Amino acid sequence: MFPILQLGPLALPVPALAVLLSLWLGLSLAEKLAPKRGLSADALYNLTFTTLLSGIAGARLFFAVQNFSAFVQTPLSLFSRETGSLDPFGGFAAALLAAFIYGRRAGLKFWATLDGLTPLLAVLAVGLGLAHLASGAAFGMETSLPWGIELWGATRHPTQLYEIGLALAILLFLGWKAKNNSLSDGSLFWLFVALTAGAQLFVEGLRATSTVLPGGVRVEQLLAWFALAGALIKADFFTKSQPETEKDHAATRQ
Amino acid sequence: MDFAQHFRRNWINLVILSLALGWVWVSRAPQGTTTAGLIPAPQTGFLAPAFSLSTLAGGQIHSDDLRGKVVLLNIWATWCPPCRAEMPAMQQVYQEYQAQGFEILAVNATAQDTLSNLEPFVTEYGLSFPILLDPQGSVTRLYQARSLPTSFFIGRDGIIREIVVGGPIDEALLRARVEKLLQEAE
Repeated sequence: MFPILQLGPLALPVPALAVLLSLWLGLSLAEKLAPKRGLSADALYNLTFTTLLSGIAGARLFFAVQNFSAFVQTPLSLFSRETGSLDPFGGFAAALLAAFIYGRRAGLKFWATLDGLTPLLAVLAVGLGLAHLASGAAFGMETSLPWGIELWGATRHPTQLYEIGLALAILLFLGWKAKNNSLSDGSLFWLFVALTAGAQLFVEGLRATSTVLPGGVRVEQLLAWFALAGALIKADFFTKSQPETEKDHAATRQ
Repeated sequence: MDFAQHFRRNWINLVILSLALGWVWVSRAPQGTTTAGLIPAPQTGFLAPAFSLSTLAGGQIHSDDLRGKVVLLNIWATWCPPCRAEMPAMQQVYQEYQAQGFEILAVNATAQDTLSNLEPFVTEYGLSFPILLDPQGSVTRLYQARSLPTSFFIGRDGIIREIVVGGPIDEALLRARVEKLLQEAE
């Protein structure tokens, strides 16, 4: 656990740094690979930043609406750099809306663009694991296994390390798959969703931070299961006679 | 496509989803394994570690005596600019919500501060909440405060709900969190 990097008078939050660094690396990778998929690197960059900024603005606005009385007394708090006063669901909704509007206006192909963003998402998943490791969040249940780590008063599953390891494996596998296989539009994205949902489903089963339903079933695992099912059904990975690109689709139709 | 054909095409998917569902069932959380609240640790979701410190006014405060109240534990020092900057907001919110069961424990990192600076500081900012002295740095270490200020929002049940590292803490966030925690049933 290494939550703060103290540089003289500056206290830098390592989890936020890990996410920012992975965002930068992921975006650089996505921009580099974009031309190979017939995408504009500039369009991907603009889409990412439009989505991010809209997400942050939406998250703050939704939080302010929910805590109206608090913001009425200090309206300038709308512009505070406090990450605690952001509503994740509001941010997610605003980011999706902004991405949709920008994508329509820029004439981006939906599935090809999602494929283009997949390297960014895969690197972000590694960054999120590193952020968890730095902060000690998303920690595991107690264990007597020899590789258990001492955290928060107990020997626990190193779920943050499992998370990072799986995210790295997914990143490498996707890189290999994209390099060696011709994939139809959207396949790379759905493959990422399926693998990440599977990894989340596995790791969440060892975490001590889950939201638990009566009977002990974990909400996060159910959500991951539905995401996995959606990705498997949508992408149909295991059917061999698949048309490979949009051109192939057109040829098949003719 | 009939059912048999559909099944032949999708049997691997079905196997994967069945295995995944099996893991969801097998890894159900046994009673108490995900409720870290009983273990004291300076982390969200855990019981706030107990301590006892002297106050600047000469009294003694045991953190466990505040169970049933919403507590903001703020670790600070006079030389730290963001600590100074957040004091007026803390005082304002304290005045507004104290009667509803809100308490602030402002733990001065006395091991890293100058004791004689405290009285003038409290007078200058008109602080009415208790200032606790930590001359050995025991609470600073207990709460693993690696940066000043560090603030812990603690619910009526004594469980840490949020940690804010660095500052100054925004007044709207402070107000929103305190209002939410005060609304929670004990």
